[in-house]
Amino acid sequence: MSEPIVWLTIFVLSVFVGVEVISKVSSTLHTPLMSGANAIHGVILLGAILVTGFTDSTVGLVVGLVAVVLATINMVGGFVVTDRMLQMFTGRRRQEPRA
Amino acid sequence: MTPTWAQVAYLAAAVCFILALRGLSSPRTARNGNLIGAVGAVVACVAVFFAEDLRHVIAILVAIAVGTVVGVVGARRVQMTQMPQLVALFNGVGGGAAALVALLELHAVVAVAAGAGVAKFDLAATAFTIIVGSVSFAGSLVTFAKLQELMTTRPVIFPGLPIAFGGGLLAAVVLAVVLVVQPAMWVGVVLGLLGLVLGVLLVLPVGGADVPIVISLLNAFTGLTVAAGGYVLGNTVLLVAGTLVGASGTLLTKLMAAAMGRSLANTLFGALRGGSTLGAGEVSDRPVRSANPQDVAILLGYAHRVIIVPGYGLAVAQAQHTLRELVDVLGEKGTTVNYAIHPVAGRMPGHMNVLLAEARVPYEQLKEMDDINGDFKQTDVVLVVGANDVVNPAAKTTPGAPIYGMPILNANEAHQIIFMKRSMRPGFAGIENELLFDPKTTLLFGDAKDTMGKLLSAVKAL
Repeated sequence: MSEPIVWLTIFVLSVFVGVEVISKVSSTLHTPLMSGANAIHGVILLGAILVTGFTDSTVGLVVGLVAVVLATINMVGGFVVTDRMLQMFTGRRRQEPRA
Repeated sequence: MTPTWAQVAYLAAAVCFILALRGLSSPRTARNGNLIGAVGAVVACVAVFFAEDLRHVIAILVAIAVGTVVGVVGARRVQMTQMPQLVALFNGVGGGAAALVALLELHAVVAVAAGAGVAKFDLAATAFTIIVGSVSFAGSLVTFAKLQELMTTRPVIFPGLPIAFGGGLLAAVVLAVVLVVQPAMWVGVVLGLLGLVLGVLLVLPVGGADVPIVISLLNAFTGLTVAAGGYVLGNTVLLVAGTLVGASGTLLTKLMAAAMGRSLANTLFGALRGGSTLGAGEVSDRPVRSANPQDVAILLGYAHRVIIVPGYGLAVAQAQHTLRELVDVLGEKGTTVNYAIHPVAGRMPGHMNVLLAEARVPYEQLKEMDDINGDFKQTDVVLVVGANDVVNPAAKTTPGAPIYGMPILNANEAHQIIFMKRSMRPGFAGIENELLFDPKTTLLFGDAKDTMGKLLSAVKAL
């Protein structure tokens, strides 16, 4: 799998998918979308776990654990805050019949 | 070698992220989309524990627990008004984590036969991750400081800033080449530090009103960083997730800039051309007409059509609930009331919708700018609460103003304009608003919540 061309293919296709899936978003949703995308790149946590799990120096372990903490904050916090925002949008629709 | 079942799990996670982004772009599916994304992330991060023979598992789990607590508490506690800076902070720590991961990977590579036999392309991707991750980290912290008003929201420029930035960029490229040719730990560390400096220099000249665009840009940067990190580590889910965020984030940044009538280049470097100095010094002491809540209540009580222009100041004062009550009372008296929502009202595009949704304002009363801009001519009273820049005619009339070209709400076309303001202080963009001195304009000074309460009882008493 280390063939660079395979990786390049995945990269290029992902670029098109990334642009395609959000091209019709309304400005109302810009903020939650940015926040949600922000949470998704928190998956760097996986990378942080990998490098920390394979390190054999103390400095490496410390730095790795810092990276794990930071990445977890990004990922967990990101998804929770996005959900909080979107909860209000859904809550509002439930109010509609009464209004 | 990663086992096949784990590769499949990673693929499933990548699909989840695509579905998440698609879900997030439509109001109906947004919440589920976000949940799907979270499921994907959890699947990927659990799979790695079983797929690889990891050491320090306990320590890693403890670190994850710590991060989870910090993240959840931060996300739960934050006021909705402060949400933009929280997103900036989350983005920053993600970028920082990616830079640290790349540094550790470099450390491992250098330890093995001084990096001999490592593909040059891997090293280039490592260098990229270190620099851009650090830029994102430092840049996000500066945007956080600006939004939290820990520092001035005005563009910070000093002579030689463009040269310093350009020089830093050049040095980073040179160091990256050095790292590829002769991998060494110190080069990586210096690259990281240089990235921090570049991140600060990149965001300093950006004016307060443009900060949201920069957050979105840095978000895209972090995405690309994660993608490069995925390549270095040979992990597909990181590559796909990072690229998705990088690509969609770049598009989102362009959409946001378009909603504000700005180009990205203008946002980042406009201040360097000296465009934002307008209105910097002159504190005007021209006369304005101010009134008390009773006068304004009469204006509102006998109006047929009223439009409310809510701004960030409304939310900061937590006056949105009282405002909704006022609108309800006016509605009972037979007045037609709508809210005009500027795309960038608040601190980020769509931010005001979130804030008003929190106050349970009915959705059908919220009108987007393009739908309501034609109605101002037939409107008796416009009530501007805690907003300023989004109704500032300078955006149309004054070339060179920092907000020039931004589409605005045509509040100036209404018969009467009422500004509810704390003081004569200019808005977030830091420029004076001519509309305040218009003969049709009445000012109602005071804390928005307090004044709104007085206004409400005065209208009830009519």
